[in-house]
Amino acid sequence: MDLPIETASRSLPLAAKVKRRWLDERLLAWLISLITLLPLAVVVASLLKPQGEVWSHLGEFVLPQLLANTFWLVLGVGVGSLLLGVSLAWLTAVYDFPWRKHLAWALALPLAMPGYVLAFVQIGLYDYAGPLQGLLREYMEDTRWMPSIRSRWGVILTLTLALYPYVYLLARNAFLTQGRRALEVAASLGLSRRQGFWRVALPMARPWIIGGLTLALMECLADFGTVATFNYDTFTTAIYKAWFALFNLNAASQLASLLVFAVLVLVLLEQKVRGDRRYTSAGRAGAARPERLPGWRGWAAVAYCLLVLGIAFLVPMVQLLRWAASVAAEQLDLRYFGFVGRSLLLAAGSAVGVVVLALVLAYAVRRRHDLSSRLAARLATLGYAVPGTVLAVGIFLPISWLENGLINSIKALGLGQPTQILQGTLVVMLLAFAARFLAVAYEPTQAAMERITQSQEEAAASMGLGRRAVLRRIHLPLLRGGLLTAALMVFVDVMKEMPITLMTRPFGWDTLSVRVFEMTSEGQWEIAALPSVAIVLAGLIPVILLARETEKQS
Amino acid sequence: MTETLLTLDQVGVAYGDKPVLEQLSFTLAEGEIGCLLGPSGCGKTTALRAIAGFEPIRAGRIRLNGDVIATADEQWPPQQRGIGMVFQDYALFPHLTVAGNVAFGLGSLSRSEAHARTMELLEVVGLAGHADDYTHALSGGQQQRVALARALAPAPRLLLLDEPFSNLDVELRERLSGEVRDILKARGTTALLVTHDQHEAFALADRIGVMAQGRLKQWDSAYALYHEPNDRFVADFVGEGTFLPGEVLAGDLLDFELGRRALHAGHAFAAGQRVDVLLRPDDVLHDDASSLKARVVKKAFRGAQFLYTLALPSGATVLSLVPSHHDHAIGEAIGIRLEIDHVIAFA
Repeated sequence: MDLPIETASRSLPLAAKVKRRWLDERLLAWLISLITLLPLAVVVASLLKPQGEVWSHLGEFVLPQLLANTFWLVLGVGVGSLLLGVSLAWLTAVYDFPWRKHLAWALALPLAMPGYVLAFVQIGLYDYAGPLQGLLREYMEDTRWMPSIRSRWGVILTLTLALYPYVYLLARNAFLTQGRRALEVAASLGLSRRQGFWRVALPMARPWIIGGLTLALMECLADFGTVATFNYDTFTTAIYKAWFALFNLNAASQLASLLVFAVLVLVLLEQKVRGDRRYTSAGRAGAARPERLPGWRGWAAVAYCLLVLGIAFLVPMVQLLRWAASVAAEQLDLRYFGFVGRSLLLAAGSAVGVVVLALVLAYAVRRRHDLSSRLAARLATLGYAVPGTVLAVGIFLPISWLENGLINSIKALGLGQPTQILQGTLVVMLLAFAARFLAVAYEPTQAAMERITQSQEEAAASMGLGRRAVLRRIHLPLLRGGLLTAALMVFVDVMKEMPITLMTRPFGWDTLSVRVFEMTSEGQWEIAALPSVAIVLAGLIPVILLARETEKQS
Repeated sequence: MTETLLTLDQVGVAYGDKPVLEQLSFTLAEGEIGCLLGPSGCGKTTALRAIAGFEPIRAGRIRLNGDVIATADEQWPPQQRGIGMVFQDYALFPHLTVAGNVAFGLGSLSRSEAHARTMELLEVVGLAGHADDYTHALSGGQQQRVALARALAPAPRLLLLDEPFSNLDVELRERLSGEVRDILKARGTTALLVTHDQHEAFALADRIGVMAQGRLKQWDSAYALYHEPNDRFVADFVGEGTFLPGEVLAGDLLDFELGRRALHAGHAFAAGQRVDVLLRPDDVLHDDASSLKARVVKKAFRGAQFLYTLALPSGATVLSLVPSHHDHAIGEAIGIRLEIDHVIAFA
């Protein structure tokens, strides 16, 4: 009987101390959420002071085209990724055919190839001067009848191939956990397989499918590199042009605010279906096994999977490697290793920083467990939906105001004549990365945190460990896996990131993705291929992790 | 009650090379409720899935109403068998209302007929007031009733129930199993249930098959399984009891520490053979007047009764159910009497 009383009295002063601290976890969580909220507020606020001149120019010359382009792109990519993602997910989750297991994880491989890489490879492959039409011309006079890859259809096709894995992965998860089971129930009620798919499996998977679709469409709206390569003007390229070509920050932020509203619709939709997923489970996976597709039907399934995989990943990868090999001798120089080094440095630095922020956030939510902390975390992680171009504008503006204020007051106080303090440093870029990728780090951190039970903490506390000791001896060791995953995901995302890096990098901070952008703009596919290979290799890491994860589950 | 509805004949199922079900044979008559009872991993759920058509069989045949619905070579698809199923986790459709779930298998009926049938079944399971609710708003017991109503709605030839009450707490389980039996009997539905809980089996089923390691040990009434088990595993698995060593005498008699009794008809022991006698707790009665004494080793209060574990002079123990106002201390010697005419013994 002594022990509990003793520990209770020992933990009392600790609790009292916590209450008196002004900088508690909740406040920290809100400070972190400002990294995302402030740029959003700045961008949206720019709508409140519209500038007639800017708007009339935008409305007359830019907006109609932007809206039409964005509309068709979102529609096309949405329909395309639904068709590809759901059909592939259904096939690999419910049926059995040769190489099903390998194909199932390989179909997520296109995630490793950023849209902007796929874009220039596709153009290089299928353009008039490309190898496909060249080959065809050996057998026929003219190939000008072929549809041009440099068209709206080309962009839609490319982004669909790059983004369908979001729908595929989530839909497959839903079909694996409940699809076969749902089919059994339907069959026991007299429904055929086809009826079971339309009436049970598909409606039940809807929250997952829509979840995957909203992710794909967020990426689609945020995409800069792909549309830039195709010269297909959308909001992101318009923001970039207003920023660099016109040096018109106002126009850039007005455009960004419109984009934010488009994204907001997706975010609300995504949050809603996320809630629906809690209720949607028709029991456990059960013992149901995939049904074997006999004979030619099995091989047709293989052919379909291979066709998608080939166009989306295998053929482009081969082309990329060939180009890279052709220029490796002259291009693998110190300059190239400079790109690699800066990319690695930025990615590693951001990974560590963002994971620390995510950890604080997750810890605050756990300790406080109140509405305020959870709201702070929710808002802080909204950045995954906000296009990099928007964040770049939204963070650059307040930082430059702050800087001007600082410079003026320093001058007024007669302390010197500074011209630059924060601009030209990495601050803007790193803050933008933090806002954009906090959610990427938060999800695995939070998931790992949730696996530590309250009673495990209490068991440690009952053995006399203080809060800090619990954090060090219980939380950190148990969180290690989750934090490592989080860091890795941020690392890879920063490596692949293009618009933020392009718009906010200090002079001389050219990275791999910047190099790809510059060489693509000049149509130098071979030279762009070399840095692209490095980016794709990094991008393979999370896909492999994902494949191992799903392997473990099934 | 006499027409045979379901016949399993030497049915075998294997996963890869591993047999999970071997030579399973039994029959179920029209309107009867059968039960496969056994520990987890005994193959009972596989048997159910094979009957439903979710698991191909490797040997034997399954007949339903004269149709051969499965052989090693040819299997009817599940949706053509007319067999309903209540799943262990209910597997309700979360995107449909209660009424939507129940009406799900009624595609062949007109809209108004389907509605009438749905409401009738919801009435039967006592959920008419919840027709428009979504299933996640219901309690576990209510979900289970929706699952039953949904499976019954298309009027299946046979209803299968896979551990239907295992997700419910004990009290609800008892009440619901009684209700379900009443519903099935009132509609004359033939049903086969699978469970590891013998109380559930006794409460629901007319015929019970005890399974172990992929084989059916005995297919019989509850009474016979309890008092006339034909296998040591069945004797162990069903009910409580102990074994006492004994010796077979001439004239079908058995001699053991508590006296001599006639062996149950149909045994195959030779005189002089050493065997083990099964004694149930209700075979051993407490009687202060008896000269047979046994010492209380352990006691468990069961409300109306005590279950005493009693040590005989030889050191062997027997169980005895005694009305609970006979409260004896551990270590005390009490008189006992054997209340049994025929004994069951195993070699």
